[in-house]
Amino acid sequence: MALPEGWEMVVGLEVHTELKTATKLFCGCENAFGSEPNSRVCPVCLGLPGSLPVLNERAVELAMAIGIALHCTIAPSTFHRKNYFYPDMPKDYQISQYDLPINARGYLDLPDGSRVTIERAHLEEDTGKTTHLGGSGRIHGADRSLVDYNRSGVPLVEIVSGPDIRTPEQARAYAAELRGILIATGASDGRMEEGSMRIDANVSVRKSGDPFGTRCEIKNLNSLRSLTRAIEYEALRQIDVIEDGGTIRQETRHWDEVAGETSTMRTKEEAEDYRYFLEPDLVELAPEQAWQDRVRDGLGPMPAARRATLAALLSDPQPAQLDAIEVVVDLSLDDYVHAAHEAGADVAIALARAANEIAANIDGRANLTPSAFSHTVLMEQRGELSATQAKTVLGDLLTSGGDPVAIAAARGFEQLSADSLADTVATLIVENPDEWQRYREGDDKLAQFFIGLVMKATRGQANGKAVIAELQQRR
Amino acid sequence: MTTAREIARRVNDGASAVEELERSLAVITERNAELNVFLHVDEEGAYAAAEAVDRAVAAGQNAGALAGVPVALKDNMCTRGVPTTCSSKILEGWRPPYNATVVDRLLAAGAVPVGKTNLDEFAMGSSTENSAFGPTRNPLDPARVPGGSSGGSAAAVAAGMTPLSLGSDTGGSIRQPAALCGIVGVKPTYGSVSRYGLIAFASSLDQIGPFAVTVEDAAVLLEVISGHDPLDSTSLPEPAFSLLSSLESGVAGKRVGLVRELVAGSDEDVERAVARAADVLKEAGATLVEMSIPELTLGLSAYYLIAPAEASSNLARYDGVRYGLRIDADDVASMNEATRTAGFGPEVKRRIMLGTYALSAGYFDAYYGQALKVRTQMIAAFSRAYADVDFLLGATTPSVAFEFGTKTKDPMAMYLNDVFTIPTNLSGDAAISVPFGTGEANLPVGVQLLGPGRSEPTLFAAARVLEKAEGR
Amino acid sequence: MSASLTREDVAKVAALARLRLSDEELDLYTEQLSKVLQHADDMQQLDLTGVAPTAHPFGLINVVREDVVRPSLSQADVLAAAPDAEDGRFAVPRIVGEAP
Ligand SMILES: [Mg+2]
Ligand SMILES: [Zn+2]
Repeated sequence: MALPEGWEMVVGLEVHTELKTATKLFCGCENAFGSEPNSRVCPVCLGLPGSLPVLNERAVELAMAIGIALHCTIAPSTFHRKNYFYPDMPKDYQISQYDLPINARGYLDLPDGSRVTIERAHLEEDTGKTTHLGGSGRIHGADRSLVDYNRSGVPLVEIVSGPDIRTPEQARAYAAELRGILIATGASDGRMEEGSMRIDANVSVRKSGDPFGTRCEIKNLNSLRSLTRAIEYEALRQIDVIEDGGTIRQETRHWDEVAGETSTMRTKEEAEDYRYFLEPDLVELAPEQAWQDRVRDGLGPMPAARRATLAALLSDPQPAQLDAIEVVVDLSLDDYVHAAHEAGADVAIALARAANEIAANIDGRANLTPSAFSHTVLMEQRGELSATQAKTVLGDLLTSGGDPVAIAAARGFEQLSADSLADTVATLIVENPDEWQRYREGDDKLAQFFIGLVMKATRGQANGKAVIAELQQRR
Repeated sequence: MTTAREIARRVNDGASAVEELERSLAVITERNAELNVFLHVDEEGAYAAAEAVDRAVAAGQNAGALAGVPVALKDNMCTRGVPTTCSSKILEGWRPPYNATVVDRLLAAGAVPVGKTNLDEFAMGSSTENSAFGPTRNPLDPARVPGGSSGGSAAAVAAGMTPLSLGSDTGGSIRQPAALCGIVGVKPTYGSVSRYGLIAFASSLDQIGPFAVTVEDAAVLLEVISGHDPLDSTSLPEPAFSLLSSLESGVAGKRVGLVRELVAGSDEDVERAVARAADVLKEAGATLVEMSIPELTLGLSAYYLIAPAEASSNLARYDGVRYGLRIDADDVASMNEATRTAGFGPEVKRRIMLGTYALSAGYFDAYYGQALKVRTQMIAAFSRAYADVDFLLGATTPSVAFEFGTKTKDPMAMYLNDVFTIPTNLSGDAAISVPFGTGEANLPVGVQLLGPGRSEPTLFAAARVLEKAEGR
Repeated sequence: MSASLTREDVAKVAALARLRLSDEELDLYTEQLSKVLQHADDMQQLDLTGVAPTAHPFGLINVVREDVVRPSLSQADVLAAAPDAEDGRFAVPRIVGEAP
């Protein structure tokens, strides 16, 4: 994407992620997605008179894990009340961290080598969910709304970046990399479509070299696609306004996915006075060094390190292989590739099979053990399975588990015996004398021609490498 | 009237808890219409509790330190399935789905909660005149207020309806009515008694505490309700108090601070009572130290910004969405506004607005922020005092019980009633009010003993010395 | 800073707190709240720069609970006190404006 000559966008992102705890942030209600409305609610998360919050230890640990992964300083922190009336918020205030967040000042390095600073990553509670009735089902035009408090009190970490992002692509890369980190820390499942990761974008524009312009905040971007589209639209809109002689008002804007445009939600003048003050029902949170160390020691490597480890298994990684590595790390399939490598299999084949076949049926992962995967790759590599057959075996393993050798046998994927392959090749040479002659004279391309014929004749049961070996032997 | 200790002793020895309950209910029936002490009497629950105690005793078990003792609860403590209103129209008819921790602890100790007592709406007031369900009358003189905000709980004990009751003290709401009703009232150290299930007024100041006729009864009740509660993050990691064992240990060798600012401006009869209490303590072997703690005079100003600030947020949830009153309107914001406008009384609105103002952009630092710094100063001043003396002596209130309507026109005049009690809430420390002699119109005067956090054993022993001097 | 609470201040604060005041109430509350704020003037005069604020009486830290599920209320208990409910949810009149 290109902005008009001389213009630059300045973007900072606020990413809210739900934490994968067993219970909510301040009560023992189960933190789970999708259940009967108002069935995971207690006096605390319903804000009943007299109820009091008690902080979830695991939520603190996951917040620290995020902070550590983002190179933040874990600091003594406090909780504040953010006061505003809204029916999805049972106490009519949100408990959030304010001037003293648990994680301060860190950074995230992106695969392209750029660095985005992290201003803070703090703990706060989620709100309930409203459903709008009448009208179009959107908030506008509805005649009443229904509230379900199952999500009320679910732990969130809000990660606020510095205004360091300059392109929609960089914003996407940041969000994707952050998502990988959240998954790697075990803090989140990173499912944007289910709302467990939600993004607000602060966007401003300036002539290159000028000071920052006035920013607008775009709320609730729920996919990487929305994120890039919304940022691009908003930057172009702001440039248009300024080039037409107007000025940008600081405001909160709504992204309309269907119309592909942003619109005013609230101007600065209409902004709430949140009357933040220290939450008197909670005490200071100051994780001691030993606690921080325990969390740090429990953390596995982050995506960047894992990508590097996988790349190091290849002598000369090709772009397609680097892409496969990205997919493998993104989907946390590293274990399969490492298992295959340790079993002596070809890493390139393992990467391709993981990034394609496993990725295509990611939910089937539970059925596929790393050892079954390694075995399948080895069978392919040894010529016991053709590529097509190996893909089919993996598909079966992902669907229903089992042993690759047994599956291959049941499927009738007995490899052609060496004798049978030799007979087939001999016959085809006789039937195609011109092509054989050219191959013998050094035209290697014709090997593919013969492989194709062999495959056709054997209905795909031959192994390409074995065919080449046979051809070369007769050359 | 029979003490709680005596009732528990004889019930554990086989006397009927149900009969004890019936005696209590008879007094309530006789006097409640006149005094308006109980907003709700939970006969069904009380009989069930009393019968359970009788069964436990019959089965040979010890039924607890409060076996069969009827107890009244201020109506800002949640009781499962039993109406809990905070004396507000906005909560009228609400039945909590859970018990406050103190209620569960009472039940575990064999106590029999008989019902819910009147208070100033959301505990905001010093006379119980701010109840949406009418004022409570002082059993000693029905033309006068019982004090507040725990006026109903104080009156229940003073009228002999129940030997014990629980109140909550945010700026003096236990000690002041105890003084005006001539009974013992305790504001325990902040964090000693769980606030879980206590409907919040000002969370950093609120503390539940006992009312009783005798110091010993107050001690038993505090032993039962105190001790760490994992449901309250501000609950101190300390076990329940042990008070009875040291109740008779006296004050010999103790140093007592006689604080000028804790008597200044009082009526003459109140001043006299405090002076006489000082003499009694000295007689009992304590050393008196006259002292001045000027910071205490700032308490009132800090309190009337901090408490409303917290209250403005604590009371936001009464919005007509989930429970309590709803006044219908076209959109949700108008519904919130109509509900709150109809549901809250004038004093509650006054404090919500004051607190909202103190926290709002542009005023935060000057009001709320400054008040928190004054609070720091006050805590430091108390610490300096407690480095020199074991506890402090002063008045509980500037006067005896006043007549209805005399202080309702000017909020500031009412607020001044709490000038001696407020500093302890700001510091989180402990204080106890003990009836000590009488003043104008033969009405009781209370003197106040104040000590550092967790000094309850010392304060109770000193209170016992004063009580004995009064021939009780 | 001396207390000089105006009628407009009170109106603004009432709106923030979702309270509606009649004209007479606006006058009355302006007068009464001004008095309380005037009393706070004694405090306003103090120079407390450098003094740390205290929001809690005692400085407990790191009070946490284990991440163990405890039973929730039943949906019936949750909705028992609801002024209006539908379909297992709390029902409210239309919402004007998105959440902040
Ligand atoms: Mg936030
Ligand atoms: Zn809950």
